[in-house]
Amino acid sequence: MTSARPQPANNTPKLLGLSAVLAVTLVIYYYVFLFLREGTANAWIIFAVSLLWGIGGVWLLFVLTSSIVDLLNEKWRQKIMPWVFALPALAMVFYYLLLPTIRTIYLSLFNDDSTKFVGIDNYIYAFTSPNMLESFKNNLVWIIVGGGLSVVLGLLIAALADRTHPKFEVLMKASVFLPMAISMIGAAVIWRLVYAFAPGTEQVGLLNAVNVTLGGSPIPWLNQRPLNTYLLIVILIWMQTGFALVVFSAAIKGIPSELLEAARIDGASELQSFFKITLPYIQITVISVSTTIVIFTLKVFDIVFGMTGGNFGTQVIANEQYVQMFRNSDYGRGSAIAVVLLITVLPVVYYNIRDFGQNAKGF
Amino acid sequence: MVAHKQSLSSQIVIYGILIFLGLLWTIPTFGLLVTSFRIPDDTSSSGWWEVFTKGQFNFTLQNYTAVLSPGDGATSNTAATINLNQAIVNTVIMAVPSTVIPIFLAAIAAYAFAWMSFPGRKFLFMMLVALLVVPLQMSLIPILRDYRGLGLNGTFLGVWLANTGFGLPLATYLLYNYIVTLPKEVFESAVVDGASHPVIFSKLVVPLSMPAFASFAIFQFLWVWNGVLIPLIFLGNDPSRTVLPQRILDMIGTYATNWQLLTAGAFVSMFIPLVVFIGFQQYFVRGLLAGSVKG
Repeated sequence: MTSARPQPANNTPKLLGLSAVLAVTLVIYYYVFLFLREGTANAWIIFAVSLLWGIGGVWLLFVLTSSIVDLLNEKWRQKIMPWVFALPALAMVFYYLLLPTIRTIYLSLFNDDSTKFVGIDNYIYAFTSPNMLESFKNNLVWIIVGGGLSVVLGLLIAALADRTHPKFEVLMKASVFLPMAISMIGAAVIWRLVYAFAPGTEQVGLLNAVNVTLGGSPIPWLNQRPLNTYLLIVILIWMQTGFALVVFSAAIKGIPSELLEAARIDGASELQSFFKITLPYIQITVISVSTTIVIFTLKVFDIVFGMTGGNFGTQVIANEQYVQMFRNSDYGRGSAIAVVLLITVLPVVYYNIRDFGQNAKGF
Repeated sequence: MVAHKQSLSSQIVIYGILIFLGLLWTIPTFGLLVTSFRIPDDTSSSGWWEVFTKGQFNFTLQNYTAVLSPGDGATSNTAATINLNQAIVNTVIMAVPSTVIPIFLAAIAAYAFAWMSFPGRKFLFMMLVALLVVPLQMSLIPILRDYRGLGLNGTFLGVWLANTGFGLPLATYLLYNYIVTLPKEVFESAVVDGASHPVIFSKLVVPLSMPAFASFAIFQFLWVWNGVLIPLIFLGNDPSRTVLPQRILDMIGTYATNWQLLTAGAFVSMFIPLVVFIGFQQYFVRGLLAGSVKG
């Protein structure tokens, strides 16, 4: 954009003044950083200071820097100003995501405390150790059963609820959607209660109560392999279906009613019009929701961590990564397993970039 | 949609299936809530449904007072040391800055990507899009090492910055998609009037983008409040700093069969996110829809 603003005759005193203010602000900023890092003050004081520092401070820095740049001549202003806006976020993303990705790939070629180069040893571990093989198998089940059922149930409920009374539909969607607000650790408590086991006839857990009522004997569900993995997947489905439902529901409501009307006049059954019209119409949404759910499922950690800790044959990749990295302090293996996770999402990264290149708004 | 003239039998089937699924979805949470109000004798010997099937209306608030009472160590009652109060405070301290800081940084970056020209604009934005799905696990080890060196390990500051860094790709992406659709004329007339970018941003873009900020804020707040991996790694297990998910995880280990305490603790940890979620649901849904139009 070009600016038609007149330039003030002499900016230099103003420029120097603002620069001095900026320098002082940066020094204060640094001391606040030290104070927060120390973290020994009262928690609420730290909280208040952090909000002032994080929001007020960042805002002040932005205002000062942009005012200084604004005083420069047109040519420099246009060159520098975009970076005043874009650089803080880019720098954070560079340090917290991009650089660590490269560093983790590098660390994966070294031993547990990163002192000795071990080549591909950690990858041999990542692809051959019993724990990892079990994790691969389980993650595959999580994705196919957990991801698949979340999408199918989301679609089913969205399609059926679309035909009910609007008030009922809202209630229905809300009840399936609500678990999205709950932490997976909270969900773990909810479902531990459902799966609770006690010897004898008095059962606290709903599943065993049903089981006993039907004449079975109580079962410690969480150590029954391979059933336990499926019981953990139920929790994921319980949490994820709401996401699929809400997005699908919005997509289904976007289908022109003339299309469905025409199909009905042509004598199509409900099922036919679902598979021949609804599904093709919302195909892109189905693919993007499925992708999001698959990526989420691939990284599943909290549920397994809170329910079985990865024991009894329920290990998954992300939990094994945590165990290697944090419990065993093996940075080499932990890094290699993280790289394995990265490799599995690379197709999605590629697809997103390609899609962005073709459809980006404003580029 | 046009009202369908459906047969009564198909209506019954549809409502039947949905009511069944709806119950399946709500019963587990309902069981948790009921259990958290029952007395210990009841929870250890009978299922929560017996409240209704056998009329065991022995409700109490003592489980909540137990998990929320400050740990003074004066009683031998183990429950007196749970003290989730501190954890609630810690979680608020962790979650609020972790939500607010990325919004501001993402907003100015999104504005730059949408309305300013600079070399590498497209490439840098593509990089952000690529980083949207990179697993968090790729960052943990290098950042943990740096934090140990910098003295940031076990500090709230470290967690705020980490949550900001990890949340920024989604934040920038969502806010960009919103800001780029603001009408071009608004900007052009402002430029003609002699407004500079900082002025256009603060006077025009920020007020117009409030719905998008709200969408992302809900996402990030729920994600930060509910996540356990980042606090486990960067905050550590010093009781003065542990957050709710960590404490509930501890309780799962310590009070595995004290269902009345475990369920009360779990409900305490869910209360604020549920209120935020129910209160701002429309913004959350809008964000979901904006984010999943594409990958």
